[in-house]
Amino acid sequence: MATTDDVKLIGAWPSPFVMRARIALNIKSVDYEFLQEQLGTKSDLLLKSNPVHKKIPVLIHGHKPVCESLVIVQYVDDVWASDQPILPSDPYDRAIARFWAAYIDDKWFPSLSGMARGPTEEAKKAAYEQVVEGLALLEDAFGKCSKGKPFFGGDRIGYLDIALGSFLGWIRVTEKMGNLKLLDEAKTPHLVKWAENFCADASVKDVMPETDKLAEFAKMLMAKAKSAPPN
Amino acid sequence: MAEEVKLLGFGGSPFSCRVEIALKLKGIQYEMIPQELANKSPLLLEHNPVHKKIPVLLHHGKPICESVVILEYVEETWKGVPLLPEDPYERAMARFWAKFIDEKCLSTVWKACFSKGEEQEKGMEEVLGLLKTLESQLEGKKFFGGDNIGFLDIVADFAALWLGVLLEVAGVDLLNDSKLPLLCKWIEEFNNCPVVKETLPPRDMLLKFFKMQQAATGPQYK
Repeated sequence: MATTDDVKLIGAWPSPFVMRARIALNIKSVDYEFLQEQLGTKSDLLLKSNPVHKKIPVLIHGHKPVCESLVIVQYVDDVWASDQPILPSDPYDRAIARFWAAYIDDKWFPSLSGMARGPTEEAKKAAYEQVVEGLALLEDAFGKCSKGKPFFGGDRIGYLDIALGSFLGWIRVTEKMGNLKLLDEAKTPHLVKWAENFCADASVKDVMPETDKLAEFAKMLMAKAKSAPPN
Repeated sequence: MAEEVKLLGFGGSPFSCRVEIALKLKGIQYEMIPQELANKSPLLLEHNPVHKKIPVLLHHGKPICESVVILEYVEETWKGVPLLPEDPYERAMARFWAKFIDEKCLSTVWKACFSKGEEQEKGMEEVLGLLKTLESQLEGKKFFGGDNIGFLDIVADFAALWLGVLLEVAGVDLLNDSKLPLLCKWIEEFNNCPVVKETLPPRDMLLKFFKMQQAATGPQYK
């Protein structure tokens, strides 16, 4: 069976997308070799394994590469199917989880990025409002998905927990550096509690970067962006 | 057991057609509730408040939105003709390339077809590159799914009809045997499938629609 083949993950510690793959592998108790990319360069292995996008994460399972974080999470769930399911078992619940994960990647994350990278102050403010609006939608979705349990996936972390939770480090950095609140006890109380539970989970705590370390990294990235020629 | 399956869709949309093709392949009876793109119905706004877009599948009154999410739902809910491969690695590949089509190909094609001059030239170079990359997945195969159409073929429905129409409206000859031989062969095979033939809208209707868009300020919908 393929599960005895070796597993490698090409990634980097600050990336939320890489974190998704790591959490999925941790949930399934899969041993893997973590190959860290250096900022500013792309290794030969990365370029060979992901020639289309040249991006991390890339899972290499028995020499076969799988790219795109949520594709990797679903692959991990499919291969190590007997342990700890990541996607819910009911097709409708699966569709809801996939819908919100797609919303997070296609709409919400670009707004979060826009808070830091928007071309003008107005654009950054508009992005902030979109992020807050999105979190209100996700707070509501949490109520429907969790059915009173601690996670979107119920008793245990699932697909949608991974999709959103992987951004918690960056959410906290954005709050700290912007001196504002995104997750708010008044507006998104369930998500606040969920965030605590998520970060404390055994499959997450060793791969979630500390806020201070991530903030240092963010400052370094911003300094680099300011000094680099525009492209 | 009577299944109640309805589709809030639009015959001219490749996203809506994806769902129809999948339902037909599975032999599922459904009621199409055609939607107007400009005038969003209360039913659409109720069932897709987040995006306010078609397609929306209603199964026993419960909405599922986003065409690729709907395809996965159809695959998991109804047995019969499999849309996705059984092997986890092949499934991952199908999902990867579906994302490639939706996130890279579609927007690049739209932009290139509705731009002009040098911007269009550059755009079309990019389109050709992306489509060459996509067609490499057809090497040695009749369809992306192998001998029969599957998930990725369905997601690629845009390339079977809308792509050619948009390129014609833009006056660009890209979709030919010398530049994209594998894709052109696939288009022929895909369009020959009975469920595809009975689902895709008439080419001349699409051509007329997009010529009007060209004359205005750009595409009305994505």
